[in-house]
Amino acid sequence: MYFATFVTCIPFKQIIGVNKNGQNMTQNIVIIGAGQAATQAANSLRQGGYNGRLVMLGDEGIAPYQRPPLSKAYLMDTIDLERLQFRGPDQWEKDNIELRVNDPAIAIDRENKKVSTKSGEVLSYDKLIIATGSRVREIPCEGNQLRGINYLRTLGQSDDLKTDLANAKSIVIVGAGYVGLEVAAIARKKGLEVTVIEAAPRVLARVAAPIISQFYENLHASHGVNIMTNCGVSGFKGDTKVEAVVLSDGREIKADVVLVGIGIIPNSEIAAEAGIICNNGIDVDENARTSDENIYACGDCSNRYVELFDVRMRLESVHNAIEQGKLAAANILGQDQPKLDTPWFWSDQYDIKLQITGLFNGAIQHIVRGNIDENKFAVFHLDAQNRILAIDAINSPAEFLVGKKLVAAKAKLSPEQISDVSIPTKELPNLAASA
Amino acid sequence: MAKITFIEHNGKEHIVDANGGNIMEAAVKNNIPGIDADCGGACACATCHVYVDDAWLDKVNPVGTMEESMLDFAEGVSPNSRLSCQLAVNEAVDGIVVRIPASQG
Repeated sequence: MYFATFVTCIPFKQIIGVNKNGQNMTQNIVIIGAGQAATQAANSLRQGGYNGRLVMLGDEGIAPYQRPPLSKAYLMDTIDLERLQFRGPDQWEKDNIELRVNDPAIAIDRENKKVSTKSGEVLSYDKLIIATGSRVREIPCEGNQLRGINYLRTLGQSDDLKTDLANAKSIVIVGAGYVGLEVAAIARKKGLEVTVIEAAPRVLARVAAPIISQFYENLHASHGVNIMTNCGVSGFKGDTKVEAVVLSDGREIKADVVLVGIGIIPNSEIAAEAGIICNNGIDVDENARTSDENIYACGDCSNRYVELFDVRMRLESVHNAIEQGKLAAANILGQDQPKLDTPWFWSDQYDIKLQITGLFNGAIQHIVRGNIDENKFAVFHLDAQNRILAIDAINSPAEFLVGKKLVAAKAKLSPEQISDVSIPTKELPNLAASA
Repeated sequence: MAKITFIEHNGKEHIVDANGGNIMEAAVKNNIPGIDADCGGACACATCHVYVDDAWLDKVNPVGTMEESMLDFAEGVSPNSRLSCQLAVNEAVDGIVVRIPASQG
């Protein structure tokens, strides 16, 4: 009895991929993708002790890099490509990771556990991680192929936009989501005339509560950006290069350059074609595993169950890409699931830092803590039972960090407690009741 | 050029050379475990938290308001805590030693 106990206490987890008979199980892992989620999965696998073959297949022609600065510091030229990249140039090789930046996967053969790549190579896998991310949604209207109409997701697109901005006096931005508003802020800083066209009644309609939308509309207006809500776009006019945006009501807005930011589409086709279940992205369980037990999907390409909110959704964020990369690696290695974070997001526009924790859908109370006029406040989004579903923190990192704990604990606070700034933020978790 | 020594929570040492940027970047680019840097250096997440060895506390650039607020509420914070994405790499920190916390919260 003692011996049996002793055997199970041996750090089994450390003997990676070896089963009870001493046979190696996982020796070959292929990661389809070379972005945030792919990089995290690779990092977590190696740090978790995986020493087998690890191949990453990318299609952008450069080593993995982070996207958020593409609409912020990189677009403004305050940081360069080298600082965007996740690792130094030789650090992939040093870690024995076969990084192929120009050889994307084109098909998965699940039965034989093989992946075919663009170059014609066929790779075997024991475990496969799909981290293909997403692509921009293109606007389907007349004139959408004119030069000067930009989208923003990749480094190449950021470089193109940068060039266009340098040669323009005015920009029209279609779509007032995070990307659109961040580019609006940068374009204003560069001295361009900026117009933002948004089909919904308010900016950030999909991702923020009305009070935050109002704040950002005021913020941009105070910087001279012209925001036009409830406006659709019916087309673009120009010879070979865009010269104007045509609205649904017929009005024309002059534009030297256009940026379209109207959302993303998950790159789940390669999974669907292989017979993996996909419903708005690739369906995964709590361990980032797909309907095929040897295949995982991480990041923008996947949809997952978010236990904290009892909802299945695509969680478009850096946090999600990182978390799922860690989940997949831990599951492959037979290790404990890492502690989960609440969904969280951030956006930098002008000198305003927005940090969000949680998901506000279903909130019926929006309580302000702090001073909106001083650009330093947080909005707590509560349900009918006073449970804190989400917090939007504007230049209020304390409320963001404490907020994460409150959201994670499904904590309840009264509107009076939240708005009372004489109660130190640090104290709020102690006052909170659990849901 | 600055030499930076990172000491993991388990005592393992890593010495890297960095050329500009910040200390978080030096860690991430050299694949030093324990510094998560989820927001990539935007001072938005507090997962790049390090402990600066006492001898170096006054050699690093002073703490800014945003960083100070974030630090106040991060995990396992002590008087020599800093967010490494806010620590510039320059000659003044050549030889610096920083310790990595057991977890980034």
